[in-house]
Amino acid sequence: MTNAPVEAPEQTELMDPGNGPGGSFADAIRAMEIDTRMLGMIGALLIIWIGFQFWSGGGSWSEGTFLSARNLWNLSVQTAAVGIMATGMVLVIVTRNIDLSVGSMLAVLGMAMAMLQAEILPDYLGFDSPWIWIISLAAGIIMGAVLGAFQGAIIAYVGVPSFIVTLGGLLVWRGAAWMMASGRTIAPMDATFQLLGGGARGTIGYTWSWIVGILACAGIVFLLINGRRQRIRFGFKLRPRWADYTIGGVSIVVVLGAIAYLNSYLLPPRLAEQRGGGDIPFGLANPVLIAIGVVLVMTFVATRLRFGRYVYAIGGNPEAAELAGIKTRATIIKTFALMGILVGIGAAVQVARLNAAVSGLGQLTELYVIAAAVIGGTSLTGGVGTIPGAMLGALVMQSLQSGMALVGVETAAQDIAVGVVLVLAVALDTVYRRRASA
Amino acid sequence: MTTQTTTPLVELRDIRVAFGGVHAVDGVTVNLFPGEVVAVVGGNGAGKTTLIKTLSGAHKADSGKIFVNGELAHIETPRDAKEYNIETIYQTLALAENIDAPANMFLGRELRTNWGTLDDRAMENASRTVMGRLNPRFENFKVPVQSLSGGQRQSVAIARAVHFNAKILIMDEPTAALGPAETEQVNDLIQQLKAEGIGIFLISHDIHDVFDLADRISVMAQGKLVGTVNKDEVTKDEVLAMIIMGKMPGEATQDELEHFHD
Ligand SMILES: Nc1ncnc2c1ncn2[C@@H]1O[C@H](COP(=O)(O)OP(=O)(O)OP(=O)(O)O)[C@@H](O)[C@H]1O
Ligand SMILES: [Mg+2]
Repeated sequence: MTNAPVEAPEQTELMDPGNGPGGSFADAIRAMEIDTRMLGMIGALLIIWIGFQFWSGGGSWSEGTFLSARNLWNLSVQTAAVGIMATGMVLVIVTRNIDLSVGSMLAVLGMAMAMLQAEILPDYLGFDSPWIWIISLAAGIIMGAVLGAFQGAIIAYVGVPSFIVTLGGLLVWRGAAWMMASGRTIAPMDATFQLLGGGARGTIGYTWSWIVGILACAGIVFLLINGRRQRIRFGFKLRPRWADYTIGGVSIVVVLGAIAYLNSYLLPPRLAEQRGGGDIPFGLANPVLIAIGVVLVMTFVATRLRFGRYVYAIGGNPEAAELAGIKTRATIIKTFALMGILVGIGAAVQVARLNAAVSGLGQLTELYVIAAAVIGGTSLTGGVGTIPGAMLGALVMQSLQSGMALVGVETAAQDIAVGVVLVLAVALDTVYRRRASA
Repeated sequence: MTTQTTTPLVELRDIRVAFGGVHAVDGVTVNLFPGEVVAVVGGNGAGKTTLIKTLSGAHKADSGKIFVNGELAHIETPRDAKEYNIETIYQTLALAENIDAPANMFLGRELRTNWGTLDDRAMENASRTVMGRLNPRFENFKVPVQSLSGGQRQSVAIARAVHFNAKILIMDEPTAALGPAETEQVNDLIQQLKAEGIGIFLISHDIHDVFDLADRISVMAQGKLVGTVNKDEVTKDEVLAMIIMGKMPGEATQDELEHFHD
């Protein structure tokens, strides 16, 4: 057998390196191997952004404030926590499960981390110890893994449906968070810990933002070159060169543009004064950096590791996964533990940003996290969903909310709008899929 | 062939499985020699699938023993079975619909890079090699298997068994969902694998296929083994009599046998 995959006529056509896209837009998209759902979501996001830019300016583009560097910077920070947790929810839902407990678990973990650093650790380590934030953060994350694994074990080994187990979790953890501090607010947080939440100090500044941007571009170029080399090595169908250039070019422009734009958001004069005056840009906020890191790691876990493959296989056909010799129960437990870890990270960001923990922390967050995953293309029937999609879903939802807040839509109406968009997104997706499979 | 005196490749001895009060498999003993095809036949619900599931590790027997190459084998999970080079093609195609053919072929036994990550390209490469042997026209390596035809899915399931060097192959109605051309293809493949010395348990409802492919035929009815016969020594009518009336060749009257003619 030879692996000359260039036999099919359609492939020889695509192999031709010199030619431009030719044909229709749809052909071009197909040649670039871009997921059309992803493209649709980016389109929806652009429409929302442009719409709010006009709305916030009273119909005038130039007077709009939605697309101001300041607002987009805030949007990036607000999206981070939900986005971080949504990447875990994708895997949970892909295995045909659900986790309703993330909001309450966020409260417990946030409360635990806050109490550790504000009330417990200083007694042993003193107030200025650099260990305080590290131990608090690690404890929160480990506790998240343990609570998640515990719920996962009941689901996998006892066979109680995840809906019920995590519904119980929603109540139990919420109550526990209240009891831990008898309803008190725990504040303030350790000075270093606070940096996890963003804010004027919690950013990486001008130079590092550019370094991150340039590293990202290098990564994009590396992935494209490596992908091409691998395809050549195994003699697989090549993506035409113009497609690689287009994808690479557009991605790099978007990344560098975003960095440049965020870097144009300057500290208010009073704060800048304290740091020697002049124009001091915020740069990327720490929570955004964390979210980017989480997306990269989770994408790697979902697509490059055996664990990720098993998660999808279980979602596609649990029986087949079992018969293939996959340890399905252990995989489910790991999935929920991973969700718990991400809730721990999300809780740290949230508590650091508020500089306090209250027992009402994270109320309704489970619903936003699930909505982000679902808007991002995760199917509740299992087996389907992507990590970047979930992050984009979180961004779409947060854009809607913060846009409405910006133009002064009252909270009740905001909820209505988000609810409608959720159903609409899934309805569109369902219709699209039905068409695609027909 | 039938008159071997060597140890069988595999022997299922006195296997029993009950679901609640239903004795799905009730003290069945069958064996299989290298390069031999043993057909397991019987009506719906006779217990064929349940019997072979005890060998593939999908279901634990309540009692009974399994011997592989004459040695007692401990098979409790599908993993265990694979350790003994027992591969199974299930009646209900056991494929994860949402992932592609190479991912399904290597499910549970993925190839990995030195970094411990999935080596998808190597898996695709290996899939192309096996598939080139089994179904050269197969080109859909990059799409989820849900968009494949029944025959193409079947070739994925068979390719999995072939790639992992099955010594004992279990095929539970491998051609039930296939058209005539694909059935022919699978039957050719069975001949080819048999020639390579693989032992095959073939479950089938198609008496013609059974006579074309099998060396011996084990007949089950209501969980019990009616008997095992050499294909060369019986007629189709006699096998039908075993399946339907539970009567061994010679026990059924000529009248009863006449009854089966179209
Ligand atoms: N998981 C199960 N739970 C309860 N009963 C079962 C289960 N699996 C099989 N049975 C019962 O065991 C008996 C044998 O079933 P089995 O699937 O082995 O039959 P079969 O010979 O493969 O039939 P077919 O030709 O229809 O595939 C049937 O009565 C069936 O109802
Ligand atoms: Mg059966």
